[in-house]
Amino acid sequence: MSLEKFLNQAVSSWMNEEGPSSEIVLSTRIRLARNHRKYAFPTVFTKEEARAVAEEVSAAVHKADERLEVLKMEELQGLEKRVLVEKHLISPNLAEDSGASAVWLSDDEEISIMVNEEDHLRIQCLFPGLQLKEALSKALQLDDAIEQHCDYAFDEHLGYLTTCPTNVGTGLRASVMMHLPGLMMTHQMNRIIPAIGQFGLVARGIYGEGSEALGNIFQISNQTTLGKSEEDIVEDLQRVVDQIIAQEKSAREALVKASGIQLEDRVFRSYGTLRYSRVLESKEAAKCLSDVRLGIDLGFIENVSRSILNELMILTQPGFLQQYAGGFLRPVERDMRRASLIRERLEMEEKKDKGGSEI
Amino acid sequence: MLCQECQERPASVHFTKVMNGQKTEVHLCDSCAQDKGEAFMSDDSAFSFNNLLAGLLNVSPVMQPSQPQKPEREPVKCSHCQMTFQQFLKIGKFGCPSCYESFRDELPPILKRLHSGNTTHHGKLPERQGGTIHLKRKVTELRAELKSLIEEEEFERAATVRDQIRVMEKEIHGEGGSPS
Ligand SMILES: [Zn+2]
Ligand SMILES: [Zn+2]
Repeated sequence: MSLEKFLNQAVSSWMNEEGPSSEIVLSTRIRLARNHRKYAFPTVFTKEEARAVAEEVSAAVHKADERLEVLKMEELQGLEKRVLVEKHLISPNLAEDSGASAVWLSDDEEISIMVNEEDHLRIQCLFPGLQLKEALSKALQLDDAIEQHCDYAFDEHLGYLTTCPTNVGTGLRASVMMHLPGLMMTHQMNRIIPAIGQFGLVARGIYGEGSEALGNIFQISNQTTLGKSEEDIVEDLQRVVDQIIAQEKSAREALVKASGIQLEDRVFRSYGTLRYSRVLESKEAAKCLSDVRLGIDLGFIENVSRSILNELMILTQPGFLQQYAGGFLRPVERDMRRASLIRERLEMEEKKDKGGSEI
Repeated sequence: MLCQECQERPASVHFTKVMNGQKTEVHLCDSCAQDKGEAFMSDDSAFSFNNLLAGLLNVSPVMQPSQPQKPEREPVKCSHCQMTFQQFLKIGKFGCPSCYESFRDELPPILKRLHSGNTTHHGKLPERQGGTIHLKRKVTELRAELKSLIEEEEFERAATVRDQIRVMEKEIHGEGGSPS
């Protein structure tokens, strides 16, 4: 398969569209956890109950939005599920369970609704850039439509009842994926992460606590779901994210001022690595992609589209690499495939831009 | 140490996984850690806070300041799914919606710890099922308004609000709800 054809199939529209503040915010995700009042939670439900839940909530989802299409986990291959996980359309949990779980997807993959994950329903909206209010209102609108056909487990004092006590109340998890190379290079994240905690929010690098974030990407999300309204949760998150954006911008300015040529050198070395390597481990790829993306934001690199980081971070995951290769790959083979996919992709950009600015 | 996944490269990512109360050490190389990377990125994963919670609940004793310790107490059990409170503490997850009702007395300290001291929902109500809850909330709001109107000696407006409350309360009773 040619890379272009592969890309057309693999890249969701939210990935290559630019959203507000997309020079720093890659994507916004809103998730609502909901359950059917009548059935046990997936923690303990029987196979028969699982089927009944799937049937009943799926019918409600279908009536709520007839354009959504369903993929049943038991009918998917391992690799197909993995690709869905890498696209953030389903969770690893859902992929593991071959019971009666499923996902409902919109055409553009902005909406994904998981059935029988940890909760009976997980309504998720994924938008490019920073669009918390937009994503929340879309998710709430879907929630209303589904509730017309499904009796939710709801308590007057505790709100929406969820399998895990960490989600009870609004069932809302709002998260923003941010690219923060400036704050990392100026060693400010260690100061910012604990500060965020004071607002009931949490910041996580891709590698989790205690180790460096992969590709300088952090996910900022709300930790508490009880006691605040959906709008307040999202507003608090927005305020903190706006702060971080402002600080990231000034860190970048300071870096350019203090060591512009070193920064430019680093960006182009990373570009060279991506453009010409034959073997690329995921960590190095992520670092170089982060540098190149920063180079694009700062105007050092002009002929590569900004969405390339978003896209390649996802496409160079094992599931996609193997899908592109058409079969199982050992880790060493993946590193080779990763290098060649990135090379080809950057070559495509250069061709697209023929006659444009010189690198 | 070699990566436990591929047995090929040195392990560079180390962490402890807690699942169903069982702690496991995990050692992975960068490449395999990224394979599992989606687990770190998702808030629904086996490595996430939600599952660490089980460990957390186990470690710290549940405080019940209002109730003195009863030595030989019947274990609290969900009347619907039969999950015991001990089981809930172990896995950190409920078995069914009724568990919330069955464990009601034990929950406040846990919820407070998880949700920055909060124990009451202030968010959205389901549109269709919200029924009398919408009205009850409105009555609570109106009562606060009534109080401040009386303090400001705006008695005429206070009377209007009082009548509004009466109408709503009648409606709530009519639908079988209990007075709040
Ligand atoms: Zn390995
Ligand atoms: Zn129960």
